[in-house]
Amino acid sequence: MKKVNQLFQEDLAVVNVGLETFYTSMRSIKVPTVHVEWKPAAGGDEKLMAILDRLK
Amino acid sequence: MRVDINRANEEGLRRINEGQPVLVDVVYAKDVLPGMAKNVIGHAGPPLDWDDMCGPLKGAIIGAIKYEGLATDDAEAEALVKRGEIKFVSNHSMGAVGPMTGMVSYSMPLYHVKNETFGNDAYCTFNEGLGKVMRFGANGKEVLDRLEWMEKTLAPALKAAIAETGPINLRVLMSQALAMGDEMHQRNIAASLLFGKSILPAIAKLVDDRTDRERITQFITGNEQFFLNLAMAAGKAIMDPVKDIEGCTLVTAMSRNGTNFGIKISALGDQWFEAPVNMPKGLYFPGYSADDANPDIGDSTILETIGLGGFTMGAAPAVVRFVGAESVDAAIQYTNDMLEITAGQSPTWQMPTMNFEGAPTGIDIRKVVETGILPTINTGMAHKEPGIGQVGAGIVEAPMDCFVKALVQFSESLED
Repeated sequence: MKKVNQLFQEDLAVVNVGLETFYTSMRSIKVPTVHVEWKPAAGGDEKLMAILDRLK
Repeated sequence: MRVDINRANEEGLRRINEGQPVLVDVVYAKDVLPGMAKNVIGHAGPPLDWDDMCGPLKGAIIGAIKYEGLATDDAEAEALVKRGEIKFVSNHSMGAVGPMTGMVSYSMPLYHVKNETFGNDAYCTFNEGLGKVMRFGANGKEVLDRLEWMEKTLAPALKAAIAETGPINLRVLMSQALAMGDEMHQRNIAASLLFGKSILPAIAKLVDDRTDRERITQFITGNEQFFLNLAMAAGKAIMDPVKDIEGCTLVTAMSRNGTNFGIKISALGDQWFEAPVNMPKGLYFPGYSADDANPDIGDSTILETIGLGGFTMGAAPAVVRFVGAESVDAAIQYTNDMLEITAGQSPTWQMPTMNFEGAPTGIDIRKVVETGILPTINTGMAHKEPGIGQVGAGIVEAPMDCFVKALVQFSESLED
């Protein structure tokens, strides 16, 4: 817990992965933020992910 | 032994990049297409029945029947269809392609493009120009008269001119046009001018009749999309040798019949994987709106299949506004996205606006399904009623279901 408290006492620099709305929220309050576009493979479809694994 | 998919795809990419499509002749469908007969009509996209066809496709077919002299009016032509006397064939199965409705019939002249590396042949009709044309479903006298002139005057002149100039290497010409801002699907201004530069001196030399010479010159230089059909024949010639590579998951054809979008992949030969076509999003000509547009149609997606069109939008800033993209940055992003779903890049189709990066080449269905990024297509939009013509241009995505179906079937084929 100590480390988390320490984190929030510093200036934040955020890397956001996935949903872009979190990125835009951080930017709107002027927190330096980098957005990484990411989606689960095959839209999260487990059957297709299994096929893709076999076809690597 | 387990098939090595990555090695198979490297072979597919090699064949795409080493293909040398060369315009060698002008021929007639009746003389070269397998199974062609007076009552056979080739159309764009995967095969489909009359009852499932959209308005422009039905209108074009009625026009083609009249053009071949099998009927004198629309009712008579439709009656022939209803009696089952007209046979419909997917152009791709005859080694041919055609834009929009893609009509190919017995008497029509075709470009003959040979892939000099692999020795195969591909064919495409001539571009009719804009306005009321058969590829958008128009079938009136003006349309049929123009087609007859193309058959009897333009085709012999082009045939003689190509014999005079010798074969024209289309990969080289398309590389130059790409560097001049064409993506060769919705923008063919540079390519059409480069082709005119190659062919018109021979036309001037060989066509004696002044009226014919003037009309041919105007027809070629007055149509900014004149080259589209040549680019499509080149695309077909490039992609056919990529078929039937064991274990290869690269797309060899994408096409739409106005009802369904179909793809083929190398390992599964000539099997189509289909899903309902999407509606393009873009800009409409004055007086038209989305309510007027027909869903996506045409064999012209062979251009995206070889890495041009929407795949090289980043190299064609001038097409951005025409297809309704927001900005040049957005166009570059489209091209970057296509790099995520392709096996490699073209060594010859380089994009000056993107530091001479090669065009994204060889769509891998595994990458499409994994990333969820769909092939981006630049396309014209036809009016949903036959005969009105083009109502706008835009961007459309291939439907994901085609790629999922192909992937599942490919996976099952490895278990057999």
